[in-house]
Amino acid sequence: MFDVHEMEINFGPQHPSTHGVLRVLLRVDGERIIDAKPIIGYLHRGTEKLFEHMAYPQCVPHTDRMDYVASATNNLGFVEAVEKILGVTKLIPRRAQILRVILSELQRISSHLLWLATHAIDIGAMTPFFYCFREREQILDFFEMYCGARLTLNCMRIGGMPEDVPHGWLDDIEAFCGKFDAAVDEYESLLTTNRIWKRRTVGIGVLSPEEAIEWGITGPPLRGSGVEWDLRRAQPYEIYPELEFDIPVGRNGDTYDRYLVRMAEMRQSNRILKQCIPLIKQTPVGDLKAKISKVIRPPEGEVYHSIEAPKGELGYYIVSDGKTQNAYRCHVRPPSFVNLQALPALARGHLVSDLVALIGTIDIVLGEVDR
Amino acid sequence: MNHAFSHYLFWPLIKFLVAFVIVQGLVAAMNWIERRLLGLFQARLGPNRVGYKGLLQIIADPVKFLLKEDIVPASAEKVAYFLGPMLPLIPAFIVFCLIPFGPPPTFTVTRVNVGLLLILALTSTGVYGIILGGWASNNKYSLMGGLRSAAQMVSYEVPFGLSIVGVLMICGSLDLVTIVRYQEINAWNFLPQIVACFIFLVSMNAENNRTPFDLPEAESELVAGYHTEYSAMKFAFFMLAEFSMMIVNSCLIVTLFFGGWTLGMFGIGLTTDVLKGMGMFGGILGTLIFVTKVMLFMLMYVWFRATFPRFRFDQLMDLGWKWMIPLALGNIVVTGLFILAGQERLLYWIGIGAIGLAALYLFKPKRAESRKVIHAS
Repeated sequence: MFDVHEMEINFGPQHPSTHGVLRVLLRVDGERIIDAKPIIGYLHRGTEKLFEHMAYPQCVPHTDRMDYVASATNNLGFVEAVEKILGVTKLIPRRAQILRVILSELQRISSHLLWLATHAIDIGAMTPFFYCFREREQILDFFEMYCGARLTLNCMRIGGMPEDVPHGWLDDIEAFCGKFDAAVDEYESLLTTNRIWKRRTVGIGVLSPEEAIEWGITGPPLRGSGVEWDLRRAQPYEIYPELEFDIPVGRNGDTYDRYLVRMAEMRQSNRILKQCIPLIKQTPVGDLKAKISKVIRPPEGEVYHSIEAPKGELGYYIVSDGKTQNAYRCHVRPPSFVNLQALPALARGHLVSDLVALIGTIDIVLGEVDR
Repeated sequence: MNHAFSHYLFWPLIKFLVAFVIVQGLVAAMNWIERRLLGLFQARLGPNRVGYKGLLQIIADPVKFLLKEDIVPASAEKVAYFLGPMLPLIPAFIVFCLIPFGPPPTFTVTRVNVGLLLILALTSTGVYGIILGGWASNNKYSLMGGLRSAAQMVSYEVPFGLSIVGVLMICGSLDLVTIVRYQEINAWNFLPQIVACFIFLVSMNAENNRTPFDLPEAESELVAGYHTEYSAMKFAFFMLAEFSMMIVNSCLIVTLFFGGWTLGMFGIGLTTDVLKGMGMFGGILGTLIFVTKVMLFMLMYVWFRATFPRFRFDQLMDLGWKWMIPLALGNIVVTGLFILAGQERLLYWIGIGAIGLAALYLFKPKRAESRKVIHAS
């Protein structure tokens, strides 16, 4: 009946809600999205190539800069991959393992808090942003106490941990854990049952379990679609087999379910932290490094190791030629990059307003997408 | 100085200037109040650096706007681009002539017997500036913001106008002073017209593009909507108009539904006659009561902003056309029936019942909600 006038909009790379320098080339009819094409690469720094020219320990700080809101898990994935190719995974002292779990669960909470803050402000709810940052700030303080850095932590070493916990640190974390569930309740009271929030998220960007698996989606988006897949349970590493935690899964695979899953995950991470504190107190102080050679020269071969990062499966693929101290090739499988694939399919047919909700719900960090 | 000159030009002008200065002071103060209040809501401080408790922020902001570079996009439609920020300001300022701030005749600038219609006519022209500005910026985000606000403001103009009809039917006048004086003898209009009051509250939020209806400038979607390309004082003009219109609408809801400058019902309490009996002091007291009521509604705007997420555009239209307009029409019919039957006072029970139900809903014990997430292990 009417002529359809399509309009092209460059959504980003400079836009308040693309979470960095993502550029989405939108074809819209009025406000309805006909096609959304993510264009990436604005933050490409050649990290994988850099890994080929650096000794393994030198690579660790560079992993910080990939998912820069979850650097502890980035470190963890890399050092575990190198330990795996060295064959020393079993030698890591227990205290170091527990400390790694504590740091990565704190990091998971902080990453999810940042996600919730930005996701809520994208949908127009302003206040949760500040509430989330209040708690995130405390977690960053814990990081600062441990390693001096708040964002790019560089807090793990191949073969163990760099230093022991500072005095009183564990007690502070315990106190934080005691209060954190109430904080999550506070965020939920603003959003979970809010009619407007539900109207903006229920039924938006439905991802069926089959599609999610076909696209290789991992992390909360996959679990939101109802697939019970968590690498902490499926391919356990560190001390996760000993810990009790549930894997929250959604039912409908929409934005609201992904929201609920992440909220539940924060509570589960808190539960893990609460279990870790007594465990680490039982281990001898200072036993943090496995006895491995200072010069790291893995045997010839290749290894793929992945962990459950806050955003999904974070994998490192390392090829060693057995002669040098640096990797022949190191490939990173970042969760954000793979999850971002779903955006065009999720966005098609929705409105421009939904696009920001969808970018938020996939939870991307461009440092990791572009590497 | 002859009588006509002083009666029709001199005194109204003086009174307008006084009202204008006070209201613009309120607008400036509102900027600070909103930010401090949001700070309170959001576990932070808000502006507290400039002057005592950050109060000089009220002056610092306009100075900053004046000193900033005024950027005009090269591809902008110049005339429309300049007109954009000016147009919404004019009605926003003129409307203050028509609002009775206190007991007449001293504390109202002018008294027009179709005052309400005139206010509606003036305020609805505010949207042109936004459309013009959005279009003239030659920016797709601005254009979308402008179009959104056009659709939104035109849509919500309808329930906005319809919700007033019930009040007019009860009071039998378009004159704001008469409406207030009717309310002090009978109950304040929010009781018999609780539905209309609710519709008015919602649509005045939508009219002002405030959360949860702030789609035209939805920061996370459209960068800044219609004023993306505006900088310095031109941007400040948009803000000024928005805040002025917020005050206008708060004044309107206070006048129409909450008894204006009076603090009494059924002829008891601080009614106009009591206030007039106190002389000048009574007038000032009435004005203070009015301003306090207006500020309460302004705080409501801030409260909404701190609480709600934003509607999506189609949902906003749904709400407007499928809920607000039928509800407003139904309200007119019901009110008309009661008036025909000569039982206007029975309408009060509807209001009391609705308020009671709302209170019950708010204070009912929260049941454990069923979660959709299954915990598998």
